[in-house]
Amino acid sequence: MSKEYEMVIGLEVHVELATKTKIFCGCSTEFGGAPNSHTCPVCTGMPGSLPVLNKQVVEYAMAVGLATNCTINQNCKFDRKNYFYPDNPQNYQISQLYYPICINGGVEIDTPEGGKKTIGIHEIHMEEDAGKLVHDEWGESSLVDFNRSGVPLIEIVSEPDMRSAEEVIAYLEKLRLIIQYLGASDCKLNEGSMRADVNLSVREKGAKEFGTRTETKNLNSFKAIQRAIENERERQIELIEAGEKVVQETRRWDDNKEYSYPMRSKEDAQDYRYFPEPDLVPIVISDEWMAEVKARQPEFREEKAIRYAEEYKIPEYDIDIITSSKKLADIFEETVAICGNPKKVSNWLMVETMYLLKEKGIDADRITFSPKNLANLIQLVNSKAINGNVAKEVFAKIFDEDIEPEAYVRENGLTSVNDEGELRKAVEKIIEANPKSVEDIKAGKVKAMGFLVGQTMKEMKGKADPGSVNAILREIFGISE
Amino acid sequence: MSLMKMTALELGRKIKSKEVSAAEAAKAAIAQINAVEKDINSYVTVLDEDVILKRAEQVQKAIDDGGISGPLAGVPVAIKDNMCTEGILTTCSSKILGNFKPTYSSEAVINLERAGAVILGKTNMDEFAMGSTTETSFYGPTKNPWNTGHVPGGSSGGSCAAVAANECFYALGSDTGGSIRQPSSFCGVTGIKPTYGTVSRYGLIAYGSSLDQIGPVAKDVSDCAAILETIASYDKKDSTSVKRDNYDFTGALIDDVKGMKIGIPKDYFGAGLDADVKNAVLKAVDVLKEKGAAVEEFDLSLVEYAIPAYYIIASAEASSNLARFEGVKYGYRTDDYESLHNMMKKTRSEGFGAEVKRRIMLGSFVLSSGYYDAYYIKALRTKALIKRAFEKAFESYDMIIAPAAPTTAPKLGDSLNDPIKMYLGDIYTISVNLAGLPGISVPCGLDRNGLPIGIQFIGNCFEEKKIIQAAYAYEQTREYAECGLC
Repeated sequence: MSKEYEMVIGLEVHVELATKTKIFCGCSTEFGGAPNSHTCPVCTGMPGSLPVLNKQVVEYAMAVGLATNCTINQNCKFDRKNYFYPDNPQNYQISQLYYPICINGGVEIDTPEGGKKTIGIHEIHMEEDAGKLVHDEWGESSLVDFNRSGVPLIEIVSEPDMRSAEEVIAYLEKLRLIIQYLGASDCKLNEGSMRADVNLSVREKGAKEFGTRTETKNLNSFKAIQRAIENERERQIELIEAGEKVVQETRRWDDNKEYSYPMRSKEDAQDYRYFPEPDLVPIVISDEWMAEVKARQPEFREEKAIRYAEEYKIPEYDIDIITSSKKLADIFEETVAICGNPKKVSNWLMVETMYLLKEKGIDADRITFSPKNLANLIQLVNSKAINGNVAKEVFAKIFDEDIEPEAYVRENGLTSVNDEGELRKAVEKIIEANPKSVEDIKAGKVKAMGFLVGQTMKEMKGKADPGSVNAILREIFGISE
Repeated sequence: MSLMKMTALELGRKIKSKEVSAAEAAKAAIAQINAVEKDINSYVTVLDEDVILKRAEQVQKAIDDGGISGPLAGVPVAIKDNMCTEGILTTCSSKILGNFKPTYSSEAVINLERAGAVILGKTNMDEFAMGSTTETSFYGPTKNPWNTGHVPGGSSGGSCAAVAANECFYALGSDTGGSIRQPSSFCGVTGIKPTYGTVSRYGLIAYGSSLDQIGPVAKDVSDCAAILETIASYDKKDSTSVKRDNYDFTGALIDDVKGMKIGIPKDYFGAGLDADVKNAVLKAVDVLKEKGAAVEEFDLSLVEYAIPAYYIIASAEASSNLARFEGVKYGYRTDDYESLHNMMKKTRSEGFGAEVKRRIMLGSFVLSSGYYDAYYIKALRTKALIKRAFEKAFESYDMIIAPAAPTTAPKLGDSLNDPIKMYLGDIYTISVNLAGLPGISVPCGLDRNGLPIGIQFIGNCFEEKKIIQAAYAYEQTREYAECGLC
């Protein structure tokens, strides 16, 4: 490859909103449930049924728009997108084409090169999700489950401002965090509550014109997105180098086989015959309504980061991890409010919590333990009632079952022995049993002391403060700190 | 006076005074249906006699207990077959909904039932309300009770014929481009198309959503006012429903037009208007003049664009509204198919009639990319201009008077082969839907062949009371004519 190429990438991101009811009827949006148990005449497209807009959907869409620096269209409308597919009960989707609720926004990302860059947002519009087809593998039929039909979505359409997979991931993480902070969605790629379609073209570096783009769908994780982008980049460059043309088409990514294949080309692209939805009236967003939504916006990550540095004086590294999830940040703030010690709280969250989350394969927003129990645990350690190892064991219980640490420590007899006489007796017993180590220490191998501390801790069944044991040993051997 | 010749309100009073029971009224209606239905074909579905009588007895009990006391309590009614009725076949006169029994009733029907209505059945119509003659019904045409060689008009032809032939005391129709007013005129009955948003569209199977309105069809203006008062309501389930200041329409039943300013659009009385219709309408206008109304001609030339604008907008909406009928969820499904899309295509090809297919194709075409601006957007602009032209007229006039249709009822079969001619027949009714206005059609005489003629009163938005009052005042002077089957 003699020429240098660059990618031009734009994203269409679908986000499922966290409303209790559907966008145009009162049915529950709850996941699961027997097929077609969360349905009514409206979301199953029965004749004569009519949609009624869920106000919360507009507020969430507005909140996301405001948080991504969009202009809010104070007079927006719904349109019908017409196409025949059985998961779509009316055979049209109610969406927004001509007057979407949010336009002309953007978010700032950190680039891999260490700089900042703004990714433009062309528009955000509201629409309804479709049902789900269930294919009967034994019978020759497919069944439709309309439980998801009418679940509210927003589609965030970016400008073609991204130039690498890293920028794409940074943009998606930024969006996800903003939306999670708003509580507008949990934004899970693997569960489909956030879905990203990648529009990508390749051009020679420095070229002004865009190349022909493709759209890649079915990307269910950040890793899949990364792989699909690299794969598509290579595919397009190979075509160009071979003197062939990139075809404008929609492609489907298969993450197991790590390749994409065409779904439909521009030639057989459908004509959706969009037109204004006559069953819904235009949405008029008053200045007051917008101000209300604005006033409810939470403190976002950047603002929190500045405040944490000033107020809690914890390192930037800690701030970065803790604010990476609204849930972690909330727990952090609430715990510090009870027990102070921001750095200690931060350590528990960054080290033990992150370790357990990773081990159990769950996301931070699924944390169930209460700040009060973490605060009490920290107080137990501070007062030397338990040692560090016991604390870890107790924390694992807090993490899983949200137990009360004092009660748990008491009931399981985990309180450290802080009685000096008792400790000294145990240390003396260990010294007697390990003459070899004693000789080593006397010969200057101070490291051997660690072994004696360990043995004493074992003798005490872990219920001792290793610091105190260490101090007694040093005193006996006359070794200074 | 035979029971069936009473108006709905007259019967309601007799039921209230216990001179007639709800069951007796229902039995009389059933007897008349049995006697004339084979000649008229007003109904797609007549409910079983025991079902009707059970309901009549239930209503009677509620009346006796004082639970229901409205003027329509116990009065038998017929419902156009595009309004959902829980557990009762609702076909839109189409093969594609030939087996469709809704699990819910339309809001207008619920309002009627709350007022003690006894439903007799579902009336015939042009398939999906697309047509002006009731000949596009899959279940055979309805005949005009005045002359069964003629059509009853449409699309609410079944409802209007059933009222004219005394097969019910009143009926509900729907009006997208004249579908209540034109057949009312052809059948010599009275019908109101209310202001858009007055009657909930929830449960009305949509044709042109931005134009559809449910309204009453009855023997006179008083009945229509009372029925409208019953079915009109603000409904949260219909986003286009309007919360009106009040729902009193019967308060306008006053025999007085003194000082009313009436506009007559010159353009409505030119070429294409049948001479007998013109004379009858102008004669009626003279009556109103004599009664003290001020009448003036004015220019409403924009209306020539109303027909193309209407057929673009209504067909566009219909092409989307009717997309849900494809054999997957309910209704007809073709017997024999190879794949999903083949099943949908065959179901729709076999399930829809020619006129419906024509409008779906027309609507799909005008919405296609490349044509949208040239047709659909232009039609919406035309609609806005027509609305403005009416608003301007209502600055000078309390109401506008026009014929309901350019001719009286055509012969059966005459319209089907010439759809353009049929579309042009909607000239006087269509602009009213485009502008969202209320209109009422009242009989005003017969033509040389003894077929009824209707005069149309058009009011400004939410001013039903003005046109009800004028129509009522006119009605007091009118000689009452009856059809052969009445």
